Amino acid sequence: MNTMVEVMDKTTGAISSADLAQDRPSAATVGDVTVADPRMTCRDVDVWYGAKQAIKGVSLDIGKNEVLSMIGPSGCGKSTFLRCLNRMNDTIDGCRVTGSIKLDEQDIYDKALDPVPLRAQVGMVFQKPNPFPKSIYENVAYGPRIHGLTNNKAELDELVESSLRKAGLWNEVKDRLDQPGTGLSGGQQQRLCIARTIAVSPEVILMDEPCSALDPIATAIIEELIDELRANYSIAIVTHSMQQAARVSQRTAYFHLGDLIEVGETNQIFTNPQHRLTEDYITGRFG
Amino acid sequence: MYSWILMLVVLAAMAGAYQIGRRRAIASAGGPTRIKQLHSLPTYYGLYAALWAGLPALLLMGLWVGLQDQIVIGLVTSHLPNEMVAGLSDGRLGLLINDIRNLATGNIVSAEVTPEIQTAADQYNRLNRLAQWAMWAVVLAVALAGLAYAWMRTQPRLRARNRVESTFTVILILFSSIAILTTLGIVLSVLFESLLFFQKVSPLEFFFGTNWSPQIALRADQVGASGAFGAIPLFTGTLMVSLISMLVAVPIGLLSAIYLSEYAHRQVRAIAKPTLEILAGIPTVVYGFFAALTVAPFIRDLGLSLGLDVASESALAAGLVMGIMIIPFVSSLSDDVINAVPQSLRDGSYALGATQSETIRRVVIPAALPGIVGGILLAVSRAIGETMIVVMAAGLSANLTANPLDSVTTVTVQIVTLLTGDQEFDSAKTLAAFALGLTLFLVTLTLNVIALSIVRKYREQYE
Repeated sequence: MNTMVEVMDKTTGAISSADLAQDRPSAATVGDVTVADPRMTCRDVDVWYGAKQAIKGVSLDIGKNEVLSMIGPSGCGKSTFLRCLNRMNDTIDGCRVTGSIKLDEQDIYDKALDPVPLRAQVGMVFQKPNPFPKSIYENVAYGPRIHGLTNNKAELDELVESSLRKAGLWNEVKDRLDQPGTGLSGGQQQRLCIARTIAVSPEVILMDEPCSALDPIATAIIEELIDELRANYSIAIVTHSMQQAARVSQRTAYFHLGDLIEVGETNQIFTNPQHRLTEDYITGRFG
Repeated sequence: MYSWILMLVVLAAMAGAYQIGRRRAIASAGGPTRIKQLHSLPTYYGLYAALWAGLPALLLMGLWVGLQDQIVIGLVTSHLPNEMVAGLSDGRLGLLINDIRNLATGNIVSAEVTPEIQTAADQYNRLNRLAQWAMWAVVLAVALAGLAYAWMRTQPRLRARNRVESTFTVILILFSSIAILTTLGIVLSVLFESLLFFQKVSPLEFFFGTNWSPQIALRADQVGASGAFGAIPLFTGTLMVSLISMLVAVPIGLLSAIYLSEYAHRQVRAIAKPTLEILAGIPTVVYGFFAALTVAPFIRDLGLSLGLDVASESALAAGLVMGIMIIPFVSSLSDDVINAVPQSLRDGSYALGATQSETIRRVVIPAALPGIVGGILLAVSRAIGETMIVVMAAGLSANLTANPLDSVTTVTVQIVTLLTGDQEFDSAKTLAAFALGLTLFLVTLTLNVIALSIVRKYREQYE
């Protein structure tokens, strides 16, 4: 561990760019990036947008039945990193990913691997709720239909119901499944998107600031839901709200300008951060 | 003393008034350092003065130029000897006035120049000259009075900006109403001519008759041309040609739009899209002779080799070429609505493990469908109203047929043939053109209204 330097000058207030430049060479992550029971393992991941490097040598594991939150100031690369985990970055021109990302020992950037089934295994919930302009039922049935997960209408009905139940939306929408999903409230739309993701039974769910467009009540419902989902899925969540990270996650990773600065138990990160940048961020001095 | 010189003078006066108003405002505030005292910026006081100096004067001048000739002619005719005017019909009187006017301006006169006419012409010239001078004097006086009024009103408390802006609003309203009033005027004139037509031919015959033969007798004793105005063959012909063209344009346009917006690489798109839109820039007359000289003979030969009897001016040829012309409408409008589907919907679909084609078929196209339908309806109304291609390629015989290899005629073609050449403007034949035009207008208007409301509804969904 090379935390001594940072720990020693924790006393300084604002961060100057000289400090940051000084931090750069010693960008090795503070804390243990591995977990005992990993579902996804990332090693030395670099991401480039054209000539600009957005992620610099990040290594990080996502454990089974764990919620991993990623925090950091805007533009720190946490969303970019998240989008690497199910190859959503493939749709962006000029984006290049190196290093290794494995899902259950399978390299997801393997040339032979088709990203399409991968995305059924690693689902994603976006910042802004994006239900399809179809009925609530069709929104949830969309994934099972394209993957042929059910054999008949009855099975599909059952899958839709169980997905909506898991997303905590069933009781609110069971009488109006044929109405457009876009007509729901923001929080309900986001839960519909989660139900849609659950319906294809992924192993990992990625969430990119899922509550940033929601009010506090809807946020609380979704956070509760995330905690319940942990029983069956691995979840990686990007959030701008440190309270949210503290409430929902077991492990927290702090990103800064493309570097993974510190990883650790959420409790430890928020009560006893080891790296000065982490401390500055969570105490609100920076970012 | 031409009027346009006066106009320039008034414009110059406006420029001067602008400067004067501006200076006056600054002076009334107590110098350039204290313009904060003014309600508006000095520029607005300048514009205020310029508007007062220019607008009333220009309006008066327009009125004067419009009415001067009428008043002068009125005065001249009232001074003509009674025995000359008495008992003249309006037409004859008009001829007489024309003679006077011609004589006055030095043109050739149709009748012999009598002393009375000579006097009248002299009087006409004298009055006109007088009126010119009077106009100069009055207009300039009004301009000066306006400037003086603005000068007196200019003080720091004057809300010059509000005045100027509301004046400009009124001017903008006037200009935009020109377009609306013109449309209204065209509709009304077509409507009245159509009513005249329906007095001669019953609407029942026109809308439900199956025999179209608009030749009518020019003289009472002429035989063999009684005239029949059953427009059904025209409607079916129009429908058939439009249908064929849409069968060509919709699949090609839609599929190319999907390729361009979803699959094409950015560089391909940058070249292919403008190229496709060049099709829309080709004059329809070029499409017309392409249809008549290349496509129609080709189809005819093809039909012959297959043992089919194809008319040399078949509905198929006109429809095919019209379809090609409409491709860019469909593709460009569809491309726009497909691009308007938010990326987040595509991401949502990809994140569920959908392939690109599944995403397009199940998410993008359904989301864009209302807009695509709107675009297609606009294209249909374009096809129905298209004239040049069908004039050149579809023929004139009003066959009531469902065979696309046969020759048909369309509403637009018949309007053209009814109105070209020397025609009487009160015969049923020419009036029929207006009735056809009105029908066409109502159909395309309805289509456009439906299409635009669909497109608008769709736009609201994502904003």
